[in-house]
Amino acid sequence: MLLSRHAEAAFWMARYVERAENLARLLDVQQVFAADSRDSASWRSILMLNSDETRFLKTHDQADRESVTQFYVLDQDNPTSIIGAIHMARENARALRPLISTEMWAHLNVFHRKIHALTPADLSEARLSRTYAMIKEGCQAHTGITEGTFFRDEAWYFYSIGRWLERADQTTRLLDIKYHQLLPLGADVGSGFDIGQWNSVLRSAAGYYAYRRVHFRAISPATIAGFLLQNRAFPRSVALCVNDMGRVLNELRSRYGLRGGGAALERIDELQAELNGRSIETILIAGLHEFLDLFQSILGHLGNDIAREFFHHEEAVAQVQTQSQ
Amino acid sequence: MSSPTSRSGLLSNYDSGEYYCELLGSPASPHPVFETIEQQLSTITEEELRSRAIAAENDLFDLGVTFTVYSEKNAIDRVLPFDMIPRVLSAAEWGVLEAGVRQRVKTINLFLADVYGPQKVLRDGIVPAHLVLGNPNYRKEMEGVKVANDVYVAICGIDLVRDQNGQFMVLEDNARTPSGVSYVLENRRMMHRAWPELFHGLGVQSVDSYGARLRQALAENSPGSAPDPHIVLLTPGTYNSAYFEHVFLAREMGITLAEGRDLVVVDSRVYLRTIAGLRRVDTIYRRIDDDFLDPLVFREDSMLGVPGIMDAYVKGNVQLANGVGTGVADDKAVYAYMPRLIRYYLGEDPIIPNVETHLCNEAEGLAYTLANLESLVVKPVGASGGYGVMIGPRASRAEIEETRAKIVEDPGNFISQPVIGLSVCPTVCDDGIEPRHIDLRPFAVTGKDTWVLPGGLTRVALRKNSLVVNSSQGGGSKDTWVLFAQGGR
Repeated sequence: MLLSRHAEAAFWMARYVERAENLARLLDVQQVFAADSRDSASWRSILMLNSDETRFLKTHDQADRESVTQFYVLDQDNPTSIIGAIHMARENARALRPLISTEMWAHLNVFHRKIHALTPADLSEARLSRTYAMIKEGCQAHTGITEGTFFRDEAWYFYSIGRWLERADQTTRLLDIKYHQLLPLGADVGSGFDIGQWNSVLRSAAGYYAYRRVHFRAISPATIAGFLLQNRAFPRSVALCVNDMGRVLNELRSRYGLRGGGAALERIDELQAELNGRSIETILIAGLHEFLDLFQSILGHLGNDIAREFFHHEEAVAQVQTQSQ
Repeated sequence: MSSPTSRSGLLSNYDSGEYYCELLGSPASPHPVFETIEQQLSTITEEELRSRAIAAENDLFDLGVTFTVYSEKNAIDRVLPFDMIPRVLSAAEWGVLEAGVRQRVKTINLFLADVYGPQKVLRDGIVPAHLVLGNPNYRKEMEGVKVANDVYVAICGIDLVRDQNGQFMVLEDNARTPSGVSYVLENRRMMHRAWPELFHGLGVQSVDSYGARLRQALAENSPGSAPDPHIVLLTPGTYNSAYFEHVFLAREMGITLAEGRDLVVVDSRVYLRTIAGLRRVDTIYRRIDDDFLDPLVFREDSMLGVPGIMDAYVKGNVQLANGVGTGVADDKAVYAYMPRLIRYYLGEDPIIPNVETHLCNEAEGLAYTLANLESLVVKPVGASGGYGVMIGPRASRAEIEETRAKIVEDPGNFISQPVIGLSVCPTVCDDGIEPRHIDLRPFAVTGKDTWVLPGGLTRVALRKNSLVVNSSQGGGSKDTWVLFAQGGR
């Protein structure tokens, strides 16, 4: 039976790699936005979204392209940076080395070294896009190698749950940041400028053409937000991530006869009800930001449920003691 | 000893000087395998060999076959330097070594069962009682404890050297937590990738079964009668420099790699913390020293151990490999008595002799040592890793006098031995293929019976003229080949 510590490490290894990939996507789209934008205030929104503004301003005078990009890509002292996430992914992988494939470890090792070799020159406007592509590809290679080589026992289930959980969370953040910037007062909806920006949101999530297949007539912020939240076929949609998480958790419990996980399943039900219970129009009217906020907090609770039910068995010792009396 | 003129190719300028060469042998008795391998060696240029060596080391690094050095902020992964030219043992040479290692391991286990049991060996005066009972590695907690199959040492590494005449000798026994076996298996895999054609037609014995053999042996030593006992490997954790080896062994055996915090003792039984709650553990291959094993019994500041594990062990509810207190058998002072112990317990002559050893705690040995410091190697009894060793012929006047003062102050802490002109093996060096000194650590695994991994870890002193092979002192390693007997495969 899988060590709790290893389950936790698998869960977090997946989350950190997924986080790094999504951060690269987020920064990439931000880059496009800012280039079009009339002011540079937009760089603050990404800090606000990750609740990093206070910490950022302690060491930086102002939030502009250079400083924010540096902060999120290369700053080793920033735990929410890409370099920080890949470092943590590798540390978790180190603990998991008896379970992961040699190829997974070797790849993370080489990828880690590549990220560490990045310099501020790689963040220049001309090269930034290539740098993000390299980071995304590194993360995707990890995901692919894992899919092809990771033995599918308990650890793989925890890995999968971590990945879906993080991806769901990150998609809500991607959507949120654009909401901040694009619909500050609910105005301007549907203007040409606006649509171009929404298109880049879709592109950053690799969903532009998929979206086109579903909504081939007209692009609207509502259908885009609905697509990213509720579509059941798009691999980065929140609904797909939540559904897969539920499926994987159910399978884990039945295959290994685990009693834990009940609270986490209930939480997943709650997420599904929030997502599917109403139309995107209703969500938008009530406020997308408020919806995403609530959703992120339920995801946070779900993470805690999983930790309590599988990773930390404070009560397990007491149980054995009672049984043996 | 070997003239450079008669050879071509890689070894055309090679000269092993006064030392025994593991690949060439001596002119009087050329090594039996050399003719075969010489042909293969001549098909590669030094340049090609060098480029493959660089690729091989990069590979080891990427695969994480590394030991980790931690500085304040960073974890630095280092590769144990790997030399491409293998060390080769004939079937006949190996047959002797294998028998010698088995004899040694058997004696060590009989000795431990005796000193923690009836202590006959002490009453018969074979070993001075104070040397055993006053030894810091003697664990009083083990007196009278029943150990399954009387296997105290399930994993043993015996360090061997070969002198100028080609005679193998035991330099040291490692009966606590001998390390390095992962390099044996990884070096072989590396050689298969980096220089596959060198293997052609030679018939090299496989080393792949180590994990399966070890798991089998540990199962045989498990308490109770469960056909498939739950075995885990206990590591100090990811920050330990040998963490890779622990990962490697857990994988090879297909068992869980646990840290102290993953284990808990309830009612004198050991459990693993899993996603399904606590699971009982039967046997633990622990890579943690006695001192850190159980803070309730040994060092109370240990964060690596498992509180209560000694209690479970003493009550026979869990098996530890190696057992607690085995350090009393591989002590450098007890080492000197090993030939006598072999005769005492087995009634046999030692198959592999000891290096002649002078004990400074005996008047005669002390006098001899102090009178001949310039020509002797002096070693502190307790230390390992090559630390604190003084090599007389290479030491300065001041170093010799410093050592003399230390011996006089605490004679019981020192032994001395003659300098052994360690055998050499052709090695890829900056200035060409040159002789470098090597040793050999075979690994023996003991369950109901003892099995010795064919070959072992060959360590090489990469610094010119250095006799110290430890990785902490500029050592590297080589693949070690044991050939099948002619016609037999």
